[in-house]
Amino acid sequence: MAKNTDNQVSAVRRAKHGWLLTLIFTVIAVLWLYPIFLVVINAVKKKAFITREPFALPDERSFFGLKNFVSGIEKTNFFSAMGNSVIITVGSVIVIIICTAMCAWYINRVKGKLSSAMYTACLFAMIVPFQMVMFSLSKLANMMHLSNPIGIIVVYLGFGAGQAVFMFSGFVKSIPLEIEEAAMIDGCTPLQTFFQIVFPIMKPTTITVAILEAMWIWNDYLLPYLVLDLKKYKTIPIVIQYLKGGYGAVDWGTMMAMLVLAIIPIIIFYAACQKYIIEGVVAGAVKG
Amino acid sequence: MEKSIKKYFPIFALPTMVAFTLGFIVPFIMGIYLSFCEFTTITDAKFVGLKNYIRIFSDSTFTHALWFTALFTVVSVLAINVLAFAIAMLLTKGIRGTNAFRTVFFMPNLIGGIVLGYIWQILLNGILEHFGKTLTYSASYGFWGLVILMCWQQIGYMMIIYISGIQNIPGELIEAAKIDGATAPQVLRYVTIPMVMPSITICTFLTLTNSFKLFDQNLALTAGEPSNNSQMLALNIFETFYSRTGWEGAGQAKAVIFFIIVAVIAVAQNRITRSKEVQQ
Repeated sequence: MAKNTDNQVSAVRRAKHGWLLTLIFTVIAVLWLYPIFLVVINAVKKKAFITREPFALPDERSFFGLKNFVSGIEKTNFFSAMGNSVIITVGSVIVIIICTAMCAWYINRVKGKLSSAMYTACLFAMIVPFQMVMFSLSKLANMMHLSNPIGIIVVYLGFGAGQAVFMFSGFVKSIPLEIEEAAMIDGCTPLQTFFQIVFPIMKPTTITVAILEAMWIWNDYLLPYLVLDLKKYKTIPIVIQYLKGGYGAVDWGTMMAMLVLAIIPIIIFYAACQKYIIEGVVAGAVKG
Repeated sequence: MEKSIKKYFPIFALPTMVAFTLGFIVPFIMGIYLSFCEFTTITDAKFVGLKNYIRIFSDSTFTHALWFTALFTVVSVLAINVLAFAIAMLLTKGIRGTNAFRTVFFMPNLIGGIVLGYIWQILLNGILEHFGKTLTYSASYGFWGLVILMCWQQIGYMMIIYISGIQNIPGELIEAAKIDGATAPQVLRYVTIPMVMPSITICTFLTLTNSFKLFDQNLALTAGEPSNNSQMLALNIFETFYSRTGWEGAGQAKAVIFFIIVAVIAVAQNRITRSKEVQQ
């Protein structure tokens, strides 16, 4: 697959007015980032100035320093929510990858009714919207004491298994059997064969699954809102929604500050793994 | 080899299968059963037949949410795909800064729906204020607000998929068409679009299901205001469950209808666009 945008196709078709396009796209790109810029400038303004003149840059009348951040962090206990989000996302992604990769390998290597039923069920699960299972799933999770950041990992494994097993299965089918047979003849147990031979080969799919699941779980609002014991545990999307409280009175100052804090980890993650994210999305789309 | 792997069933397949059963299969089957019941929690369900289904179609908030969602889906799928495809075409011409533009356009996709909703609420309300209106002034403001928000979030994602599709077209194909005297629109119509049909399939699928199932953005941007007029299906189902006592059964019945619609759309859409794909 061509990764470089400057491949021979585009070189032949290189636009005559390239600089004009670059200029237009630069303007669009700046506009594209404007909503984020707007949140950042409003986060350091007094709340009265946010709704009255949201587009004005902070000046000496409206500048509020980091006070919105301080009161927002206190009010929402933001860093505890961030901790929960990190535990849930990282934990779920690791568990989903290891469990579903093993499961996908198993159902492709051991043929039988159970394996093919599992594969069909996974395909089916991908089109079922969350609302269909949300009530019974959240009640079941409470009954089984899964209402904490560790327990919810089991829920994510269960609800997210469909897509992950499907994507890993697609890859397992392309691995030549001879490699594994050779390893087994040389005395590897199935566990050794999987973790020393198969799992390393799966790396591209693992990255794709990890990126897609991480994007989903980090930003997920409804599932943790229904499953977690909210008196003890909240995630970032939940505290943001909590700031809205009842109808009407929203403290837009703290809201803007917390939005900034919610966006910062995403920008850092994106800056660090941009290449993998974009490749992962393309690969995921082709297989999904 | 198969036999020796089979002995390891409890390690390889069991954890996922148990979690999948608890996290999906059981709740799904219970969900279907509960849609025929009256209940407040899952242990006190009483079978009532089709009563819930009859009840939801006399609930005007449900039918309104259904039409609102359908219209929103059509508009946003068209807007996102046309714009994403156009940007992808321009960004494969090899202009300076292509990678930077790609990075910028994709970025909003990583931000979650709740956060996005509040970002756009402050921005759009700030603009509407000059006209003395707010986003919750009428349902059509909420509608177009959601369309703009979804475009901002999803165009980058779809653009990435279209770019990879366009780059996979063999250069000779387009050269040959040009030598044969095809104009630029003809190349687009008869070469480029048929060749990127797999990308179109996947992008329409993703935007269709994302738009139809939209929840977080709807909750954060307008929360269905004014008086549930900008409420989409997923939010309507949520409110039926958790904000109206005695309506849990109806909520579950709505969820079953919702699932059936999503499934039909997904299968039909896949059939239609797949049949237009050319063999490569």
